[in-house]
Amino acid sequence: MDRDVTVALEPAAEASPRPLALTPGEDLLGFVGAYLGRALLLVVTCTSVLVVFLILVFVVLRSVPFLGGYDLTKFLASQDWRPTADDPSFGALTLIVGSIYVSVAALVFAVPVGILAAVFLSEIVSWKVRNVVKPVVEILAAIPSVAYGFFAILVLAPWLQEHFGFTTGTNALNAALILAVMALPTIISVGEDSISALGRELREASYSLGATRLETVVKVVIPAAHSGLIAAVVLGMMRAIGETMVVWMASGNATQIPHPWWDLSQSIRTMTATIAGEMGEAPDIGGVSHRSALFAVGVILLLMTVVLNVISEYFLSRAKKAAGKT
Amino acid sequence: MKTMLVSVLLLLVGGVAAPAETLQIEGSTTVGPIADAFAGYFKTVYPDLQITVNQTGSGDGAAALIDGRCDIADMSRFMKADEFAKAVGKGVLPVAHVVAMDGVCVVLHPSNPVSALTKAQIRDIYAGKITNWSQVGGVNALIVAISRDTSSGTYETFETLVMAGQKMGPGVEYVNSNPQAQARVKTTQGAIGYVGLGFVDSSVKAVKVDQILPTRQTITSGTYPVARPLFMFTNGYPKLGSMVHKFCTFYLTEKGQELVEAKGFVPLTDY
Repeated sequence: MDRDVTVALEPAAEASPRPLALTPGEDLLGFVGAYLGRALLLVVTCTSVLVVFLILVFVVLRSVPFLGGYDLTKFLASQDWRPTADDPSFGALTLIVGSIYVSVAALVFAVPVGILAAVFLSEIVSWKVRNVVKPVVEILAAIPSVAYGFFAILVLAPWLQEHFGFTTGTNALNAALILAVMALPTIISVGEDSISALGRELREASYSLGATRLETVVKVVIPAAHSGLIAAVVLGMMRAIGETMVVWMASGNATQIPHPWWDLSQSIRTMTATIAGEMGEAPDIGGVSHRSALFAVGVILLLMTVVLNVISEYFLSRAKKAAGKT
Repeated sequence: MKTMLVSVLLLLVGGVAAPAETLQIEGSTTVGPIADAFAGYFKTVYPDLQITVNQTGSGDGAAALIDGRCDIADMSRFMKADEFAKAVGKGVLPVAHVVAMDGVCVVLHPSNPVSALTKAQIRDIYAGKITNWSQVGGVNALIVAISRDTSSGTYETFETLVMAGQKMGPGVEYVNSNPQAQARVKTTQGAIGYVGLGFVDSSVKAVKVDQILPTRQTITSGTYPVARPLFMFTNGYPKLGSMVHKFCTFYLTEKGQELVEAKGFVPLTDY
């Protein structure tokens, strides 16, 4: 038996043109090839990291002349944004408040709907329905934001004026509603994933203790998936705060803080809209200028998204750990 | 491999040796439609010509001309002193061609009974001093002042000709194109906006400014107070007979006048 095998192998080995041992040249080539391949992949991976880094450096560098030469408390606390006046003043408070205001308002609409939809998709409907509905919801994320913007200005704005008697239809409510729709796919998708990632055991244990479906969802599933749900909400907020075209078209862009603060029917202006709308005509001159002020606004925006990103990463990793444990 | 390289090189050389004639046009969204209409006509007459018209804004157009990124800069305002200085510093000598006139019309919702305003009243509305239509002889309704974005030439013209140093009030809304301004006024009862004459139709109502209604006659004659010339800027006067020259003087032809009119602007010629 043993002998037969060797006999059978020998002709094959002889037929192979390839010697068993590599020549030093081939060995070296293989060695270099493997390292070159790794190096290439490393470079490709680093490029994206590098791009993020370069954007950060670029934005910060271009804002330095402004941040160094302008009164920072005035920049952050004044409501007077008149960059093109003869005696310009760069008070970005209305813009910062506008960005946060409209994003938070969007979340007020999007979070209940999004989380309920996530629970519905993962807990209640059949797998078949879920597999149809989830991709459709995700298509919402693929609609170009300018299309949302047109809808906001041509359909939603007149509709709000007619049905709610607002003096102006392009206002914080309009922008918040559209942003809510845009944040929904993120919230539903990430939320549904984190709820689905929970093990069967949790639900079965709950049912076996006599809990109803509602009790199981409210008292067991949602608390257990809270890390992932928080991450979903934070990601949705990032989507809303970074959105430009929609807020530029839907929010009215008035540089004011709503008064009283809960009055969503007033026009507001966000940081993103300001940068997009004004960069084209801001001359590139050194020192404290309109352009460097816009870059400084960009730095604030970047800081906000970085903070939100860190928060969402923290909760996402917690969600992963929690899912791993069960 | 070598033959491939050689053929690629040959192709490149061939491409350089016989370039398709190109015309790069950049700038104002107000002048853009005129340039677009001209470009459309030029494409039918010179099928080999490659024309690109980018509508970004007057400031972008000036910057592109200064950097040599375009042959013609569309501008709805004259070049600013610092832009001019920068251009000359880079060896670019901007020459202005006035291709048409534009009236910045103040428009209201058709249901608004107000039909005439003074420049001072319009200024006070945009400055936030007048907030209710009843203060200028209208019904008791809040005014929604709609302005173009600060990077548009239309804004610049309005600001210089109407605002005269006054600051825009905090409640003024901003939109980023003439059609959007028109759409907002069309759908908002208390709205006041300003657009080029080409964007005034039956869905909005143009008001008399200082007792003068914006029409072709009042704008070309200079009696309408909020009118301005529209420019195409080139680097030096273009070589006679060149494509740039043909393009910049096309407004003088009968076809050019027809296209300017079709876009709702006021032509300088009268065939």
